Amino acid sequence: MLDKRMTLDEIVDQLQDGMSIGIGGWATRRKPMALARAIARSNLRDITLISGYGGPEVGLLAATGKIRKLVFAFVSLDHYPLEPHFRAARQNGAFEILELDEGMFHYGLRAAAMKLPFLPTRVGIGTDIIRQAGFEFKMVKSPYDDGEEFFAMPAIAPDVALIHAHRSDQRGNILTMSFDPFFDELLVRASGRCFATVEKIVPTDELNMRENGRYNLVERSLITGVAEAPFGAHPTSAAPDYQIDLKHLKTYIDSAASQEAWSGYKAEFVDVSQHRYVASVGGAEAIHAAPIPVY
Amino acid sequence: MTEQGYSLAELVISVCAEAFRDDGEVIVTGIGALPRIGAGLAKMTFAPDILTTEGEGWFTSEPVGPGKRAVEPEIEGIAHYDRVFSALYSGKRHALVAPVQLDRWGQANISVIGDHRKPKAAMLGARGFPGNSVLHPNSFFIPTHNKRAFVEGEVDFVCMAGYNPDRYVNGKPPAGLDLRIIVTDLCVMDFGAPQHAIRIKSLHPGVAFDEVQANTGFPLVRPEGVIPITPAPTAQQLAIICRIDPNNIRASVFKDNPPGVRAAVGEAA
Repeated sequence: MLDKRMTLDEIVDQLQDGMSIGIGGWATRRKPMALARAIARSNLRDITLISGYGGPEVGLLAATGKIRKLVFAFVSLDHYPLEPHFRAARQNGAFEILELDEGMFHYGLRAAAMKLPFLPTRVGIGTDIIRQAGFEFKMVKSPYDDGEEFFAMPAIAPDVALIHAHRSDQRGNILTMSFDPFFDELLVRASGRCFATVEKIVPTDELNMRENGRYNLVERSLITGVAEAPFGAHPTSAAPDYQIDLKHLKTYIDSAASQEAWSGYKAEFVDVSQHRYVASVGGAEAIHAAPIPVY
Repeated sequence: MTEQGYSLAELVISVCAEAFRDDGEVIVTGIGALPRIGAGLAKMTFAPDILTTEGEGWFTSEPVGPGKRAVEPEIEGIAHYDRVFSALYSGKRHALVAPVQLDRWGQANISVIGDHRKPKAAMLGARGFPGNSVLHPNSFFIPTHNKRAFVEGEVDFVCMAGYNPDRYVNGKPPAGLDLRIIVTDLCVMDFGAPQHAIRIKSLHPGVAFDEVQANTGFPLVRPEGVIPITPAPTAQQLAIICRIDPNNIRASVFKDNPPGVRAAVGEAA
């Protein structure tokens, strides 16, 4: 019987230097943080990080020197809008960047998911996004009577997508139970392969798919591997299972204050197993105690 | 209530609300406390059909202010990101956003200060600003009216398209570009002068034109005759503002929460 179960480290072993890696979720919500920490601990280098709707995974991988190029529309910690490690890396010119609009990113994924080289859009016209040095963006003219000039948004096709979801069976039938699936489905469709971490791997019948069908992200044939990683999105949320840990996000932000602060944070929360990490942030009970945030 | 009985923040809220007066049944997004409360005020008074969210992903029957809530709001629809992205293309949305820089063409920046490759200050990134700007109406709130915000040339990184003909193939922006009003701590402006140049619509009580001009990096169009004074919020509006913002978040937006009416300062010699 088809069995796609893997460990976090087995997933990281599938990644290679120089790869482009797409990250699911949105800012402080449903980010594959256990995988981001596992990458941070690994020898992986020179990745093109494709995180249109970036959160702490960007700062973490920036602070650990993993990024050669970043493709993004924003990087934010929501309640703390400015991501300090991302800022520091940007201000040092630490890596190449391609800054996009949220909708352009979405359209780039859609083009890749449809196996198209580009999709026409008005988004980006009139801005510096399409004038970025080092990127040859092109316009395309409507072949119909209107003759309008559009921006041709090139396809975004990551080598690998990494996402975090709530449940899966061993075949990779996945449920994202949050009310907002974000653009994880498109990311998976745009990418060559996809590895998912989930809160819990359960027998197929426990997915209760007839009831939960609308949360079924994508057909399992697009999921290469699944790893069970309880609290794998922490400190971001995997609501309704658990909420954003604002207290830990503050600890993370404070780690950007100095080299010593970062070394301390890294030793305690990054250079440890996921199991140890959960204990370090206070254990399951503390994570479950985080209140529903107000935006 | 006397004329002095309102704060600058409440004046700004009432002006933000005005931005949405004739919008009809559209999604309204106020970014930041004052625009958000302003959208709520519009919904509770003269623009009851607008759609507003609780800040994350749901449309609510009644507006939800910033901060802690005593009761959970009634939800009237889902507003997750895929829904909102799709809605943008309809043009049926009006956003009131708070960029860090704005120029004479209405081009706005929230990405970086300085060189884009190695910025002096990296902020959020362009977010959805480029798309918003050419797909649906937008207005602006600039809390500190000065030359750092209203820059002399173009903004450091154009995230929102504006009325700069040099930026377009045939000199013409996409049809969806529709910049409405600019609200600051000194005045209200719009793009109503020829070639969409920025003009003063009203000055906040006690503010002089010359002070506004001296704090703006480009020439402003002065309307003919006496410049209107931004109307004070009514007692009814102030009561509704209190209901939308029981946490009084609005008091923390401007330093020392100044009154809405101040003595004229900075009159040019």
